[in-house]
Amino acid sequence: MNKAQKRNALLSGPYIFWIVLFIIIPLLFVFYYGFTDGNGHFTMDNILSIAKPEYYKALVLSLVLAVISTLICLLIAYPLALILRNTKISKKNFIIFVFILPMWMNFLLRTYAWQAILDINGVLDSFLAMFGLPSANIINTPAAIVLGMVYDFLPFMVLPIHNVLVKIDDNTINAARDLGANYFQTLRKVIIPLSYAGISSGIIMVFVPSLTTFVISDILGGGKLLLIGNIVENKVKADNLNLGAGLSLILMIFIVINMVVSMKMDSGIEEDAMLPTDKSSKVGGK
Amino acid sequence: MDNKLIDLQGISKSYGKNLILNNLDLYIKENEFLTLLGPSGCGKTTTLRIIGGFESPDSGKVIFDNQDITDLPPNKRHLNTIFQKYALFTHMTIAENIAFGLKIAKKSKTYIDDKIKYALKLVNLDGFENRMADSLSGGQQQRIAIARAIVNEPKVLLLDEPLGALDLKLRQDMQYELIRLKNELGITFIYVTHDQEEALTMSDTIVVMNQGYIQQMGTPEMIYNEPENAFVADFIGDSNIIASTMIEDEVVEILGAKFKCVDKGFGNNTPVDVVIRPEDVELVEPQMGTIQGLVTHLIFKGVHYEMEVEANGFKWLVQSTKLVPVGTRVGIVVDPFNIQIMNKPESEDEEAVTLDE
Repeated sequence: MNKAQKRNALLSGPYIFWIVLFIIIPLLFVFYYGFTDGNGHFTMDNILSIAKPEYYKALVLSLVLAVISTLICLLIAYPLALILRNTKISKKNFIIFVFILPMWMNFLLRTYAWQAILDINGVLDSFLAMFGLPSANIINTPAAIVLGMVYDFLPFMVLPIHNVLVKIDDNTINAARDLGANYFQTLRKVIIPLSYAGISSGIIMVFVPSLTTFVISDILGGGKLLLIGNIVENKVKADNLNLGAGLSLILMIFIVINMVVSMKMDSGIEEDAMLPTDKSSKVGGK
Repeated sequence: MDNKLIDLQGISKSYGKNLILNNLDLYIKENEFLTLLGPSGCGKTTTLRIIGGFESPDSGKVIFDNQDITDLPPNKRHLNTIFQKYALFTHMTIAENIAFGLKIAKKSKTYIDDKIKYALKLVNLDGFENRMADSLSGGQQQRIAIARAIVNEPKVLLLDEPLGALDLKLRQDMQYELIRLKNELGITFIYVTHDQEEALTMSDTIVVMNQGYIQQMGTPEMIYNEPENAFVADFIGDSNIIASTMIEDEVVEILGAKFKCVDKGFGNNTPVDVVIRPEDVELVEPQMGTIQGLVTHLIFKGVHYEMEVEANGFKWLVQSTKLVPVGTRVGIVVDPFNIQIMNKPESEDEEAVTLDE
């Protein structure tokens, strides 16, 4: 080992320690519990219990809502990131500030605020009543949960997309226009392909917490709509670690599929977007 | 050839309080290699961007082929641009880059394939079809940018400091390459640069700009040999610019001594600026000179020696292949033909600015 290698090993020490202690070991525990019963004997029962209708339905509902909220986030975030890219610096900082302001508040508080707004006879209903409109009645529906997910996770879509968009040289866009492409052709053939890396990071960062959340569905779904996250939470709370871990492993399969597909989308493009921060979260910790 | 292909009429443009172009009139003839030359901030790039359609002027008109294209977006204009940093599409192969404009124009596949081959051959990069854009060197990327533009058969190619990011040797090679391309394609080139050597080497016509105004427009020879004002003289090549007095036709008083010149019509006892190129200053025996001075500096420059001669309170820059040691007393003579007389600037905008080149 030469000097540089020694120094690198020394510097990477703390990170390796962190990864082993807080990611690898907990993950091994999840695998251990997922594949054993209460007495420590090997079993596939925890994994296979996903076939039970109540768990199966929760998983499907979670996947559907996560896909919908990710798509909505993408549809809102991409135009917003494009607008931000084309905005002058002084104005841009203000828009980003306004956009990030809600993030300074606690995630739980914000979700509770939505509950107060959407609740029967809540803020939204009184507002609608002022105009003689009927109540919206969306609290405790999948729509309310999607609304909560989009509201909470939208910044995680905007930031990575914005990061890659600002790196695209103005002249690359001008060149496309110069070669005869109108604005939408330029968007489709140049700007969007060059921002795949950001889109893929954004999809991972919104899809994963959406798929695993149990707080949003608790508060805005009124405890009636169970997502797979809620079921895992209930099992862990009820001291059935093994079943909780087994279901988490199933969830992890979908997270890995999502990541592989997203990563594939931007293969060959070496733009480094903001990397997902909680790739390995198992139960979507919120 | 004398047809005005592009005619800029009264173009003004400002960014906030910064006036970039002030009522600019300029026409470009068909099949001309025209260079916009000037220091940064002189408005040359803005002029090019207005022609390309990436900026719209605050007032004035852009006429292209007898049509007003002032409000036309870039994709509707029959001209193409080569950008300073190539601006290739890094997510595409070379072939896809070159095919971009043709695919938008919905050309047939065989037509596109032929064009790609032809363009790559023209820029000496045959066989590069399947390489990715960012795997190429700067010079190669610039050639691809040119290929990508010319397959669309534009009437005009706009080049925005295309050699700025290349190293010296490559830049010189590319200058000849561009002249060759221009001749083979037979189209109009509008070229923007701050490099006077590039401008002199390649252009049919040079437009020297400063602070939003055209200072002088003419052939490279005219610009170099007969600069119209001190700014042009200072910007193009090295020069001795001396405040002098025109005594009468063909006689000018420089630093208290009378020199013969060939200019007429400036009037009697008129203050003027005189430009003498350093290679036109001849050093002779003191008693033979029109004025006398002392050699104070000497530098070897390869092709010639560069000397500084202090005479009558002015430091003359002199270039000569003959070495004259520091401390030698010399006489200075200048051929009347090599004394260029210029009117004093009328407005402050024409004043020569100090250049840190």
